[in-house]
Amino acid sequence: MKRTRTLTALVTIGALGLMMSGCGSDDGSSPSAAGFVAPDLPQKESLGAGEGAVSILSWAGYAEKDWVEPFEKATGCKATVKTFNTSDEAVKLMTDGGYDVVSASGDASLRLIAAGTVEPVNTDLVPNYADVYPFLKDKAWNSVDGQMYGIPHGYGANLLMWNTDKVKPAPTDWSIVFDGASAYSGKVTAYDSPIYIADAALYLMNTQPDLGIKDPYALDKDQLAAAVDLLKMQKEHVGEYWSDYAKEQSAFKTGDSVVGTTWQVIASLAEGEGTKVKAILPDSGSTGWSDTWMVATKSEHKNCAYQWLNEIISPKANAAVAQYFGESPANGKACALAEKGFCETYHAGDASYAEKIHYWTTPTSSCLDGRTDVKCTTYQEWTQAWTEIKG
Amino acid sequence: MLWLGVAYLVALGGLFVTAFWTTNEFSNTLVRVWNTDNFEQLFTLDVYRTITLRTIGVAVAVTVIDAIVAFPIALFMAKVASQRWQRIMLIAVLMPLWASYLVKAYAWRAMFSSTGPVNSLLDPLGLHLGYGLPATVITLAYLWLPYMILPMFAGLERVPDSVLEASADLGARGGTTLRRVILPILAPAVFAGSIFTFSLTLGDYIAVKIVGGTNQLLGNAVYDSALTGSNLPFAAALATIPVVIMLVYLAAVRRTGALDEL
Repeated sequence: MKRTRTLTALVTIGALGLMMSGCGSDDGSSPSAAGFVAPDLPQKESLGAGEGAVSILSWAGYAEKDWVEPFEKATGCKATVKTFNTSDEAVKLMTDGGYDVVSASGDASLRLIAAGTVEPVNTDLVPNYADVYPFLKDKAWNSVDGQMYGIPHGYGANLLMWNTDKVKPAPTDWSIVFDGASAYSGKVTAYDSPIYIADAALYLMNTQPDLGIKDPYALDKDQLAAAVDLLKMQKEHVGEYWSDYAKEQSAFKTGDSVVGTTWQVIASLAEGEGTKVKAILPDSGSTGWSDTWMVATKSEHKNCAYQWLNEIISPKANAAVAQYFGESPANGKACALAEKGFCETYHAGDASYAEKIHYWTTPTSSCLDGRTDVKCTTYQEWTQAWTEIKG
Repeated sequence: MLWLGVAYLVALGGLFVTAFWTTNEFSNTLVRVWNTDNFEQLFTLDVYRTITLRTIGVAVAVTVIDAIVAFPIALFMAKVASQRWQRIMLIAVLMPLWASYLVKAYAWRAMFSSTGPVNSLLDPLGLHLGYGLPATVITLAYLWLPYMILPMFAGLERVPDSVLEASADLGARGGTTLRRVILPILAPAVFAGSIFTFSLTLGDYIAVKIVGGTNQLLGNAVYDSALTGSNLPFAAALATIPVVIMLVYLAAVRRTGALDEL
């Protein structure tokens, strides 16, 4: 008994001691930096000889043996690959350092630019950049004031998928998972991430103009509250949320989910298994992702890094990645090398299709839609809202 | 002892201190400014109370189910089965621990699916048991059952047969012996087992993701704030909840005197 009490005392003393040291180590930085100014960093002016090594930080599936090995042979840059599963993990690993290039989604890229972790990219040094679809260049998530910070790699949309046996008539827009969700109560599915709030915001943007939502990633407090209410209503009818694609695939196969948001790759896999599904990009648009390869400011292998940037959007490698991962390539010439019909399935190069996609980006307190009279909600607030929605 | 102090308590203390910091909005780096915002949010937002109560409810349900299911098995193993069968049963109880947690959880996912075995049995009766809290409780109870059987078995084995015979000689029937002799002796073992099942459930976040439908437990909330939201301080504040619950639980168990016997 006595031992227990000593232990409790020890815990308390230990905690107290740490608290003191915690107070002491306050480095005086301010808690929030609203909006952001990109640090003034130079871009690379000319290419030299390769350094013989490059360290790649990539989404799982973006740097596989099939196209990394030919790159190593051709350039002599020995590649080490580390993969990550979420944008937040990518930001954390990049900030800690040690990587030369990273494949960043829109909800990670701005954070990396703002922190000075990645530097501007001189697109003249990347010959294949010329073949990249124009609608992917100079976008809010990969450039600042017309200066590119990376090379577009590929993009895809979050689609509306349904079981064609169970859901009739065929839906044409997202209302089936929001206002019309009660018809399939308990069988609706949704993506399990705070970024899914943007899907609800996009729906509100189209259906309730009074709210004044101009950009699903720029929500002030009231707009976020409206999106949260919508998602709470939706939750009543959701069977389960999905975050990895195998889970959604199995839920559609067993009939536990019959309608919800999806990726093209999941739809193709489910169809391959014989599940009767159809996936569309509704006319009212959707959210999606557009990924960018970026170069670390502190990289010591910048020549190899640029060679990798050029290689990964070369028609051959870009086609291989796009098919492996299930997304649209960034280089139109990749389509000639991809399987027949692949680029049609993914609508590669279809600018009007791409326009309907609102690409993932990081919500910040300075509104992304340009409003200056209000403060917008941050990704952290979205994260808490998401926890609240799931209840 | 010193090693335990350094490796374990300092980490716990560090967790607690982190809970009083905040993060930079953009880079998500830690900002070491002393504040209690995290705890204020924790207490003012209803959602965290709901999640905490739900988690405790699941942990209690899992513990009770495990205790009820484990008792006859442990009793049979310790008092009825022959030496040979005792050994076979012991291996049988330990066997599931060799299989991966995920394999077992996904097996239950298949069981509870709309077209799975559980529902094809229940549907003719007009019942349906899909993904949700009941499925989570059943899955967790299954996963942690060995942790309850083993201490109970050890506790029952220590009860000499002569005590049971004496009880019978004094005129007690089976039920009375069970209630007035076996259960009091067994109590410390049950509490020891319950500490496992209770604390393991309190920290679990994977099973509920696989079979829990839309439900989330404390572990999921911690995971979401730490990994998805990169808000380590808030995750740390959340993580103090199970620590506090466990301390309260241990104190309650101590009051019953069960820990003295261990």
